Amino acid sequence: MSWRVDWQASVGLLGTGLKYLAVTMFVPLFVAVVYMEDIWVFALSIVLVTALGFALERVDTDPDIGPREALVFVSLAWLTAAVVGTIPYLLAGFGTSSTLADPVNALFESMSGFTTTGATVMGEISFEQHSHALLIWRQLTQWLGGMGIIVLMIAILPEVAVNGAQLMASEAPGPELQKLTPKIAETARVLWLIYFGFTLVYIAVMYGLHLSGFAPNMDLYNAVAHGFTTLPTGGFSPQAESIAYFSAAVQWAAIPFLVVAGVNFALFWHVLKGEFDVMLENAEFRAYTGAIAVTAALLSLLLVRGAAPPLDIGGVTGGATENTFRQAAFQIASLLNSTGYATSDFAQWDTHAQVFLLFVMFIGGSAGSTGGGVKVVRWLVVFKAIRRELYTTANPDVVKPVRLSGSVVDEDAVRGIAAFTLLYILLFGFSAVFISLDTARIGIELTTLEAVSASLATIGNIGPGFGRLGPFGNYLFFSDASKLLMTFLMWVGRLEIVPVLAVFISVFDRSQ
Amino acid sequence: MRVVIVGAGEVGSTVAASLAGDHEVIVIDLDSERVDTLTYSLDVLAVEGDGASVKTLREAGIDDADLLIACTDDDETNIVSCGTAKTISDAFTIARIRNTKFLDTWSQSEGALGIDLMVGTNLLAAQSIVRVIGLPGAEDVDRFADGLIQMAEFRITDETPVTGMSVAEADTFDSLTFAAIIRDEEVVIPSGDTCLRDGDDVVVIGSPESISDFARGIEPDTDGVSDVLIVGGNEIGLEVARLLGEKGTPNRLVEPDPERARYLAETLPKTTVLENDPTDQEFLLREHIGDVDVAIATLDSDERNLLSALLSKRLGAARSIAVVENGDYSDLFEAVGVDIAVNPREAIAEEITRFTREQHAENVAIIEHDRAEVIEVEVDSGSVLLDRPISQSIRDLPDGVVIGAIARDGTYVIPRGDTVIEENDHIVVFAAQEIVEETMEAI
Repeated sequence: MSWRVDWQASVGLLGTGLKYLAVTMFVPLFVAVVYMEDIWVFALSIVLVTALGFALERVDTDPDIGPREALVFVSLAWLTAAVVGTIPYLLAGFGTSSTLADPVNALFESMSGFTTTGATVMGEISFEQHSHALLIWRQLTQWLGGMGIIVLMIAILPEVAVNGAQLMASEAPGPELQKLTPKIAETARVLWLIYFGFTLVYIAVMYGLHLSGFAPNMDLYNAVAHGFTTLPTGGFSPQAESIAYFSAAVQWAAIPFLVVAGVNFALFWHVLKGEFDVMLENAEFRAYTGAIAVTAALLSLLLVRGAAPPLDIGGVTGGATENTFRQAAFQIASLLNSTGYATSDFAQWDTHAQVFLLFVMFIGGSAGSTGGGVKVVRWLVVFKAIRRELYTTANPDVVKPVRLSGSVVDEDAVRGIAAFTLLYILLFGFSAVFISLDTARIGIELTTLEAVSASLATIGNIGPGFGRLGPFGNYLFFSDASKLLMTFLMWVGRLEIVPVLAVFISVFDRSQ
Repeated sequence: MRVVIVGAGEVGSTVAASLAGDHEVIVIDLDSERVDTLTYSLDVLAVEGDGASVKTLREAGIDDADLLIACTDDDETNIVSCGTAKTISDAFTIARIRNTKFLDTWSQSEGALGIDLMVGTNLLAAQSIVRVIGLPGAEDVDRFADGLIQMAEFRITDETPVTGMSVAEADTFDSLTFAAIIRDEEVVIPSGDTCLRDGDDVVVIGSPESISDFARGIEPDTDGVSDVLIVGGNEIGLEVARLLGEKGTPNRLVEPDPERARYLAETLPKTTVLENDPTDQEFLLREHIGDVDVAIATLDSDERNLLSALLSKRLGAARSIAVVENGDYSDLFEAVGVDIAVNPREAIAEEITRFTREQHAENVAIIEHDRAEVIEVEVDSGSVLLDRPISQSIRDLPDGVVIGAIARDGTYVIPRGDTVIEENDHIVVFAAQEIVEETMEAI
């Protein structure tokens, strides 16, 4: 049977990518040396991944990537990165009581890392159980996945840059590719540099707070570790208590970075060039920041009225205190764009506040940001298209294009966005049903909120859910089948469903 | 003056005909039949060839020409013809342009593309339509002296309050001059006791405020235009919608072709674009055409515009305006019930006339389909008007010339018998067609 796709080319290119992924493992190796931990886990991982890279590269030494190969390559690249990312978890966990010694768990954790989801199956997050090196690798996977491993490859590898636009379009979040410069490699470099810059600023601010005495727990290791997971809207933390472990000053200082992570990074490029208007007049930016302001205000109101009980971690006693507003603003900034940090155990809040957060999780970041979910721009287009449908029902002769920031959205794009949003909701719904049935099969009854949030938190790359899946809980108790489904959801969620499913359709559906 | 005209279509022929009397005219066209026809019908030299080629232009004697007018139906051809002429000669170049985007380009720098004057026909037509819409009851409106002075033409019917009054009674405004009355196709210069009759068209010149006040006296019931229906989305319709959108006047546009309708909807964010057959009565009724203040027919042929304008009027639209490409039909349109017929070619003619006169007029408005003109002139040292009171100098002008208004250093001056005209004053005069040349020479 013909595959109608030059899979050798895709695999060959994948080999090149793996070689460079091995290079990134020098970061945890370095940490291991600094903390005088076992260096063999990462030394061996580097050797294995490099060898695999060279082997795959030989499949096609001169890969020629067309549109279909690009889809296959991007889908495979993310899957392979997740698989390869399990190697340190498995090696480190071998012979210990670590939950990551189990391959399915390791794959879940690795996929959750690269896709910047932040859902965890680690039974215990502590430096007693895991090395500093392994926990920094877990953070690093999110940083690599945030701006995108393909975008990074385009930025640094000339052989990938040739077909970069197709690759980048398949990976970059949002309905369309925004080229900032004539050369795609230059665009990729600009995006990564902005991303890198924000990460450095974040680390500097956090470590600065530590040095000036406002953040006793935020040492250099923690500053770097959280720098790796804030800008990519990741949500992993080497601390079991997430950001609640740190002082109020850290929490306030993190909020602007959380907001920035959900903004289209291309807009910062315009800001750097002095074109502030482009950002301020961008419909998605206005909607995104507006949504954060409105939902944070509403959540503040709920918390002031006592929606959260006093808790061990980040409890809110009600009333208009600094703590109340901080908890509201932080939770919104973290959950709306799919980061998944927490400063309060919102899984123990009153149900109405949880349902409100669930609604907020549906929004997602902006196109071209590192955020997951449906994305603000899609919601804008969907709402405008719906409004048009209603309008034209009463005025059948009216021709009304959908406009965004003053320019017309192509009808094909409107259709694509509507199809994506519907597919997202369908996949989310079916998965929630599957997860709840499958979990009942192994004798655990999920609550409605748990089942729904398990599906949404993984397909939306958010991370924490409600109930047992709360920000200080984990996904460990699920069956392997559910974990694999959720791994799949994270994968397709990060690539915005279409590339992965398009590969399946084009390869397997012969009737088309 | 030696004038080369590129393009012998309707516009080119019309311009050639109007210039042939006083100037040497050479017409270039690709079509041999047209060239033959012109050679016999007009006293011009007709050359067959491509107006954008150096060879043809040389053949037409571009080297000695004072003026080149490119007025084919194709914008690009006109632009290239002007550019070519500019490259090889010193002729003043005028290009007729339909697409507004070229006007935008041209306005970026003086003499851009080798064109000294770009005449945007669709834009000019649209502007005159929008001006008329803005003034209830008016049939024609034009601006002079950067908007300081306006000219307007109103139809007097038995319903207008001023009917039967004398001019002295009707003229209660300081800065307003009754320049002329067009009665039974004749131009009458009114005196204070001339009575306004049913069927008259009065031409007034004055400040925009006084003209608006006067218009309110003619049509007391209208409280501004709030609902305009544009029937047909050709380029003029598009420009009208755009201009109305800029002014904030709500407007709807009907276009039958789905692709064109989509394009219009994308280009005109402030206009409601409807896709339907514009002559479908049921559709028009569904859109409540009876409540429409002004219906404008901008379809692709004069016949369809006539039908559409009459239909709108019959279904209850308060005013109907039709675009008419063939100038001969203008009177006919208005005779059968269309309120205002706007001829886009008149706008080109106004512009070209302005530049072909020996002494350049600042602005020209053609009244009642070429029966008279309102002209804005800057008074210079050679003028008979200079430094004399109007009551004296008017004797040196032909009979029937009316000085309607004066703009001096950006202020409005009411012309009286004892007003002394100074150098660099801009005067706006009304003159019947027969005496325009004579008047211009005197001034």
